[in-house]
Formats: sequence, structure tokens, C-alpha cells
Amino acid sequence: MAAPILIIAIGNESRGDDALAPLLLRQIDRWLVNKARAEQFELIEEFQLQIEHAMDMVGRELILFIDAGMDTPAPFSFYRIEPNHVRTLFSHALTPEAVIATYGQLYQQCSPPAFVLCVKGEKFDLGSPLSSQAQQNMVLVMGFMEELLHKPRPLAWEERCTQH
Amino acid sequence: MTDSNLETAAHPEKLRRVAIDPVSRVEGHGKVTLLLDENDHVHQVRLHIVEFRGFEKFIQGRPYWEAPVMVQRLCGICPVSHNLAASKAMDMIVGATLTPTAEKVRRLMHYGQILQSHALHFFHLSSPDLLFGFDSDVSKRNIVGIAAAYPDIARQGVLLRKFGQEVIRVTSGKRIHGTGSVPGGVNKNVSVEERNYLLKDIKQIISWCSDSVRIAQQLFEQNLDTYNDFGSFKSHTLNLIRADGAMDLYHGGLRARDMDGNDLFDHYDYAHYWDVIFEDVKPWSYMKFPFLRSLGPETGWYRVGPLTRVTQCDFIPTPMAEQARREFMAFNGGSAAKATLGFHWARMIEMLHAAELIEELLHDADLQGNDLVNLGQRQERGVGVIEAPRGTLIHHYKVDEHDQIVRCNLIVSTTHNNQAMNEAIRQVARQYIDGRKLTEGLLNHIEVAIRAFDPCLSCATHALGKMPLEVELLDCEGASVSTLTRSADGTFS
Repeated sequence: MAAPILIIAIGNESRGDDALAPLLLRQIDRWLVNKARAEQFELIEEFQLQIEHAMDMVGRELILFIDAGMDTPAPFSFYRIEPNHVRTLFSHALTPEAVIATYGQLYQQCSPPAFVLCVKGEKFDLGSPLSSQAQQNMVLVMGFMEELLHKPRPLAWEERCTQH
Repeated sequence: MTDSNLETAAHPEKLRRVAIDPVSRVEGHGKVTLLLDENDHVHQVRLHIVEFRGFEKFIQGRPYWEAPVMVQRLCGICPVSHNLAASKAMDMIVGATLTPTAEKVRRLMHYGQILQSHALHFFHLSSPDLLFGFDSDVSKRNIVGIAAAYPDIARQGVLLRKFGQEVIRVTSGKRIHGTGSVPGGVNKNVSVEERNYLLKDIKQIISWCSDSVRIAQQLFEQNLDTYNDFGSFKSHTLNLIRADGAMDLYHGGLRARDMDGNDLFDHYDYAHYWDVIFEDVKPWSYMKFPFLRSLGPETGWYRVGPLTRVTQCDFIPTPMAEQARREFMAFNGGSAAKATLGFHWARMIEMLHAAELIEELLHDADLQGNDLVNLGQRQERGVGVIEAPRGTLIHHYKVDEHDQIVRCNLIVSTTHNNQAMNEAIRQVARQYIDGRKLTEGLLNHIEVAIRAFDPCLSCATHALGKMPLEVELLDCEGASVSTLTRSADGTFS
């Protein structure tokens, strides 16, 4: 049986602020273990989103994609996503919107409610450490994340959505 | 049209520039620039690599045993290829001869990687062009357009990719950052439960792979004139080859042939690759231009990858893929074997071969062995070469007495194909662009030629908000005349 809530963190730790999502995922993991909530959640870390991630969404009640952002709102944005096909044009890697669109095409049904938490990064160079701004954003976003984890329900999360 | 080779225009100051930036649906970021005169005749075409990889510097100072894990962060699409090439190099550093279990677990991992990478490329990156047409409605020319029009094909693509990823997970221990392959061997075997888990689907996977070869063949047959000529050119070739001449994607000697099929060298020990391959640099690209030393930088460039491997091996050592290879080579007097778009058909033959090999290995009891690592006399240098999904991949390291990496040189598959990709897009420019008014559909022809090689242009970052596509027209002074932007909904404005 799949855990009801799936969190997918996307990023490459060797590329500066692209490490934001993997590092945040580890903080989430520790928090869930400390609160004895881990069995409700499955945490997946990936370099890139791909078509097969649609299959990871089967049987879930709620999905969260975490990624670093360039030129996105600071310190982070949080929003619900809908299927969007055309943004798959641009790379091997899919957007979260394209993954849930792929889910719909594969299973002929709407995907579980899905949200994106996009944490603003500044520098994405190979070998760079996390920038100071990203470190500050990380502290802020973890506080926000704990609120989400306390109430992992679509309606509660929709009330927490920010502009993006 | 100019008679030049289109690499460098004679009088660029009088020409206007069109940039395709970045090339879409390839990994990382590439840029193509075209210089056109007032009558839309093409004078210069170049594929540029926008981002400098810099990994060779990044890895310096690290202990050698970290390399197989660290190099996986080079690329989000083919981390297993870098993991295995680095592992093979480190095998030399630690003086190891692999145990049967170690080699077979690594091979299984590699074939899983070939399968998932080829499935992703064919079904989700190239099939939109191939099934809908190169200048079809751009809003449909994508993965989800395929899912709407050809749902079974799209579904098979997802499941093939997922199966390949599961093979990787089982053999490397994790979905990403796998630690299964280590200097001198592997750190886990494949349990009976894991083997049975993969075996339950393998017949279906092989069947779908066989169907995929047929789809690729039918596409070629239905568009014969276009596929024969599109971006095609003659080139030398380079690939690994088994001692008996069989295709071997994991290990072998180097085989190079000239554009007429004559041997330049064969079964060459890759531990001394620098004696036969050298790298040239050009001021307009961060990516190097490898060439065969005996022929020199101007004429010694070559092509690697599925089309080379399928056409230059003597046979494929699995029955269904070998039958497919024979049909491919014989098709229409051998025209597919010489065509740039023959890459897609060849890629599907390799995918079938990988699936057959996975089944073969899953029935091999050595996978459950416990003799995992072997060490010998420590060496200073190590070279690892494999045939990655996109072509020959070379990792070369020098390690000092403190076990730190002091030098690293990588020649990745896409770098080997650098000049070949430039030749392909110049040919397409001659065939489709020269003398015509530019449209998105015409520019996509350039991208179709690049995508045939499945290039991986170095970038593993993918932060949200990146990846616009912009085509800019500049006048002879470099001032912007107009800009064409592809928006998130796929339309141009």
C-alpha cells in the first residue's frame, strides 16, 4: 500500500542552490521521524522529473513537488498545479504540471491533488555551495513546511497558497 | 548558397544572425546560430555549447573511491553511464580483475540504463517529430500530444522507461546516487527476490522492444526519400567492439573505420586512447572537437552512438536484435545504415538487444554470487570506457600517492559527435533553410537533426523558471531586428 502523501524533491546537490530541495527533504525526513509521522509519507529525491514519476503517484491522496527556482518569488512560492501539456516542450526533464498531465493520460483519470513548493535560489554553478540567500530561504521554508506537514490535506494546503 | 562548408562565413559582418537558443528537447543547453544574407541564403551554421561543464576541475583533490558516485552528478539523464565508466577506470587504479558476479551485476545495470534512455528518447523526445511531422502543429509536437494521439505507444514508452529504472535501482541499490558499483567490483549482488521481481515483466518488455523496432522501421519506410537524405553525410566511425567482433556495450577494444568502411584501427586497447584520439578546440564553442590522430583535426572527426555501433559491429550476440540488425543493414540497399535518421531505428535495435541481455543475465546464477570485489596492485592511472546510450564514453584519471585525483579527462559521447552534429545541421540548412523564409517548422528541422544524435549537453540543473526558447534576428551591426519567443503554451509571439 502506497503512503497517502508523496513528496518529490528535485535537484542536484553538486550544483549550488539546486541542492535546496534535496536538503529540505532531509530536514522533512528528520521532522517526520521525530514526530512519528513517517509512515504517512513517502519521500523521493530525484535529479529531474520524468515520465515514470506519474507511476509513483498511483494511490496517493496528496502530492508535493519541491524544487529550486530561478527568477521566482522569494523566499518561496507555494501553489496548486493543474495538468499542463505544452510546457513539456523544452527539455528531457518534465515540469510537475507535465507529470500530472502524463498521469491523466496513462490512467485516464485526474491525478491526486498536487502542489509545488518552489524555493528561490541564486547560484546554480557546478561545485558551488548553497548561497547565503538560499540558506536564509531554507530556514524560512522549513517553518512553512512544518505547518503543511501538520495538516496534510488539500483544503488546508490551498489556504496556504502564495502568489506565484 | 555559398560553396563553403558553412562552418565560418567569409564576410559575417554583412549577414544577419538567427539563433535557436536553447535547442529544445535535448539535455542541457545548446544553441544554434545561422548567418543568412538578404536573400535568406545560408553562409554559416554552428552548434554551440552554452554551458561549460567544468567537472574535470571539480573532481580534482577528491579521493579516487568517491569518483564513481561523484560523477553521477554530471548528468540527470545518464548518471549510470558515468558511474560505470568511472568504476572501470578505478578498477585499473586498484589493479582489479572483476569477479563474474561483479561484472554481470554491472552489465545488468548498464543494460537497464541503455533500455530506459533509448525508450525515453524514442517515445518521448523524438516520436513527436517522427509521428506528427517535423513542421507539424507545435502545440501537439510533444510527449502529451503523442499520448493523446497514440495512447498505447505513449504508455509503452513510460513502462519501458520504468522497467529500465527498476533494473538500475535493483543493481545500484537506489533510484539515484547509486553506490552499487565501486572500485574493483560491486557492493551488492542481485537477490533471488529481486531477480524474480524483474523476471515477471521481461517477456512483455522484450515484446514491446520488438514492436518498437517495427515502428521505427515503418516510419523509415513511409518517409523513405526524406529519411534517406535528411541531414545525412559521410563520416568516419568509432566504437567499442568485442574480441570476436560482436557488439558489446560494456567492454571491448576500440574500432575506428573511415567513411568508406576501411579499418583505421581495430581492437585497440583503450587504456592508451590518447595515442589514437586527440581533442581540438575552436574559439566559438566550449565543447572540444575530438579527432583521430592519424587523420588530423580537419578530416579526422568521426561519429559515435547507436547508428555507428549497429552498422560497425560484425554481429549482435542476441537473436532478435541480430535479426533486426540484418534487416536494417539490408533495407533499401543499405540506405538506412547511412542516414542520420537511421539513428532512431538503430537505437530501437539496441533497446531490443538490451532487453534480451537483461533476460539472459537474470537467468544467470552468478548474479546471486557473494564474491563481489577484487583488488590488485595499485596503479597511478586509470581509463574506463563504455558504450553509453549516446556513444563512446571515456573517463581518464590520474591519482597521486595520497589517493587523491590530480587529473581527470572526460570525453563524453556528445563531445565525440560534436563535429558530426555540426555536419548534420549544415546539411539540413542546405536542404531546407537556404533561400527560404524562416518559420518555426523550418527551424525545427535543425533541431530534428540534432535530436537524432540524442545529445546530452552537460547540464543537470533544471530549476523552475529556466528554459525559454527564443529566436532572435539581428542585423549586420548586431542590433536586434525582431525576436520570436515560444511561450509556455507553445505558441510563438
